Parts: sequence; C-alpha cells; structure tokens
Amino acid sequence: MTKLIIILLSAVFINNYVLSRFLGICPFLGVSKKLDSATGMSLAVIFVMLMATAVTWPIQTYLLTPSNLGYLQTIVFILVIAALVQLVEIVLKRYIPSLHKSLGVYLPLITTNCAVLGVTILNIDEGYTFLEAMVNSLGSGLGFFLAMVMFSGVRSTIEGCDVPKSFKGLPITLVAAAITSLSFLGFGGVIENLFA
Amino acid sequence: MDFSPILTAVIPVVIIGVICAAVLVAASKIMAVKEDERFPAVRECLPGANCGACGFAGCDGYAKALCENPDTPANLCIPGADGVARQLSEVLGVEFEDVVEQVAVVHCAGDCSYTEDKVDYHGMQTCSAAKLMYGGKGSCTYGCLGLGDCAAACPQDAICIENGIAHVNTRKCIGCGLCAKACPNHLISLVPDVERVVITCSNKDKGAQTRKVCKNGCIGCRKCVKVCPNGAITVENNCAVIDYEKCDNCPDFGICARSCTTGCIMLADLSGIHRVK
Repeated sequence: MTKLIIILLSAVFINNYVLSRFLGICPFLGVSKKLDSATGMSLAVIFVMLMATAVTWPIQTYLLTPSNLGYLQTIVFILVIAALVQLVEIVLKRYIPSLHKSLGVYLPLITTNCAVLGVTILNIDEGYTFLEAMVNSLGSGLGFFLAMVMFSGVRSTIEGCDVPKSFKGLPITLVAAAITSLSFLGFGGVIENLFA
Repeated sequence: MDFSPILTAVIPVVIIGVICAAVLVAASKIMAVKEDERFPAVRECLPGANCGACGFAGCDGYAKALCENPDTPANLCIPGADGVARQLSEVLGVEFEDVVEQVAVVHCAGDCSYTEDKVDYHGMQTCSAAKLMYGGKGSCTYGCLGLGDCAAACPQDAICIENGIAHVNTRKCIGCGLCAKACPNHLISLVPDVERVVITCSNKDKGAQTRKVCKNGCIGCRKCVKVCPNGAITVENNCAVIDYEKCDNCPDFGICARSCTTGCIMLADLSGIHRVK
C-alpha cells in the first residue's frame, strides 16, 4: 500500500510529466490559455492515460515479451492508443454527447500526445505490476492536470501584466513555464523521505 | 534469404491493426448517431455570428431547431435578413416569409449639452461599474452612462460614444440585440424598420424632477398621447412609450415629435436620429 502511495505522489509531484519529464509540452503551452479548456484537456488526458495503460500493459506482458517482440513496443502502443481514443470518441458521442462536445477537439489530439505514450512505455520500463501501472498512470494524469491548471492561472496573471514588448506572447510564456517547472524541483526527495 | 524475422514482426502488428479496425467499424456501425442530413446545409445558410437574436443558443442551436421541429419559423435570423430567410426556405422547402428587420435605438439623448455630471468619475471605465457608484456620474440616473458597454458588445462596431452618449449607426446595425442586453440602464431596445419615431428619454421621475436633471427629459405631459391618431403612445411611469405595433407611420408622420414639449421625441432614419424641435 505504501508503495502505491509513493508511486502516486511521486508521479504527481516529483516526476511530473510536464514539469519534470518535459513530455506533453504542446498541450501544456497550447491549451493552457483558458482554465476551462485546460481542465477539459487534462480530464481527457487522465481518462486516456488510464485506458491506454489498461490495454497496453497486458499486450506488452502477455504478447510482446513472451514472443520476443519487445522492439515492436512503440509502434504497437501507438496503434492501440490511436484506436482506443477513436473508440472512446465514438462511445462518448453516442452516450454522453455533452462530455463529447466539451472535450471537443482535444480528444483526438491526445492520440498523438507524447505524455500518453510516455506513461505506457515507462510503466513497462519501471517493471510495474498491473495495479502499480494503473496507479502510476492515474498519478501522471493528475500531475498533468495540476500543471495545466496551475499554468493557466499563471498565464491569466501574465495577461494582466505590463510585459516588455520583446517578451510579449510566447517568450514570456516559456519563461513562466521554466520558472513553474523550477518550482517543482523543490519536491525532489520529499516523498521518499515522507515514508522512510 | 530468410524472411521470417520480418514476418514475425509484421504479422502481429497487422493482426492487432485488423482487430482494432474491426472493433472501430463495429462500434461506429452500432453506435452511429443519427444526424439530420439537412443540418449542414441549413447551418451553411446562417451567418455564424452566434448573436442569439433568433432566440436560440447560437446558429447551431437555430439550425438544429429548424431541422428537428418543422414549426420553427425560417425568418428568425435578423442579421441575415431576407437573403438568409430565402435560402433557408429553399433548403427546408417551406414558404418564404419576410424577416422583420430591426435596429437598436438608444432611449436617451441627454448628451453633454442637455445634462450635467454630478461627480467626477475616475473608476473602472465600464457602464456596469459606474452604475454601481450612486447610479453613475450623470445627474440623471436613468440616462446613458456613456462608457460604452454597448459599443464593446456590438459585433458590428455600429455603436460609438459621442458627446457622452451612445449613438447607433443604423447602416451597420444588424439588430442582434446584444447591446440591449449589455446596457445596465436598459436604454436600448430593438425597433422594427429604420424610419421611425423614437422616444429618446427613459427617465421615470416626475416631470419637475426630470426637468431639473436634463433639458431633453420626458416630463410626461401627455401631449403626444393626445395628438397620436392611432393611440400608439402611452405614458408609463412618467415617460412616454411607443407601441410599434400600433404606430404605422401615420400620414402626418412626426406629429408627435413636433408637438413634444421638450423635444425628446425624435425622427430616426438611416442617417441617424434627428431632433425636430
């Protein structure tokens, strides 16, 4: 149980996918302008990360590893995740049209999101069991959510500031992202020692 | 040459791909959402301003209502006017009906030469903020605050603030009514047709009180009520109101405006609102 909590917390804070591992930067910079779209995107990412792990972990463990096809990992995972996202979209459109509408274009965008592929591959590399892998993906999704919500707050504050002309737009956003990511370094070593 | 390493890699990927494809095809067949085939065509006709003047939530909402409910009138799109109504009636196969075109009218003409400020306001430069401070900076608390909430809401840049009050450019106005919703004093209303008699005061105080704060104000003397041949003008809460369903631009067009004691009844045409007296 302690191990699961450590995995969850370290996925959220220490190994935050956006701010420490620098995966999924495109939605982080692209969709964080407004809080509601940032929330929608993050919820979709959490959902897809969990689904993707639930499907790719068994494929890797029961299909690819036993038949010595580990080198097909990347292409098979991308294939499966893409199909899965499409399936989720069809199901949502049929049964929860309101959620489908609010997720909008973000859902298909996640198909090629490096954070989702990163989670599924790192789950295998770390040698997690199925439960641990699921907890890790949940934590990664929550970490993405945290980063998106925090950064949309930062960006809305920047909007109201008098930014020097040469820094306006993307430059100040990148500087702010760097400082936000720097602040997450402070979590290093905290979680391990919490349960020591 | 031995092809088996290639085959052992390709075959599993192909199998997984085929399974995924089969699942997706099955899912899209089973869970297909029925979409009215007329919807894209109907949506294409609408201007896409999402102004809400039709009474539905944006152009998508109106298009959906048109497809699903045959009783929905096809002449509700005011910005699109007759052109859009004609296209819609063709697509839907219903009879074409005229669109009642509307323009926004500001029911206040108390500009800087008719009324005065009671305070020097330096707060947030929006009407809704100024309204919270003792009803605005002007001595008349019913009048135009002149900070341009309506101009900011206008999608067509048809409203400008001149000499302290809002003016509508009737050539640009599409009659969407967004300004009417934005005005904290509810001074703007939509009036059918462009050439009309309009009342440019909304002060609900008694005549003497109104007279003190604005030289243009309606004092509720009922002269216009008496001269109107159609009985279209009434005085409600010390301020004249025109019922445009009764007012048919009578032969003696503008008699009410000419008889008005303070000149707050004016004539509107394409070039703007004109004082008669």
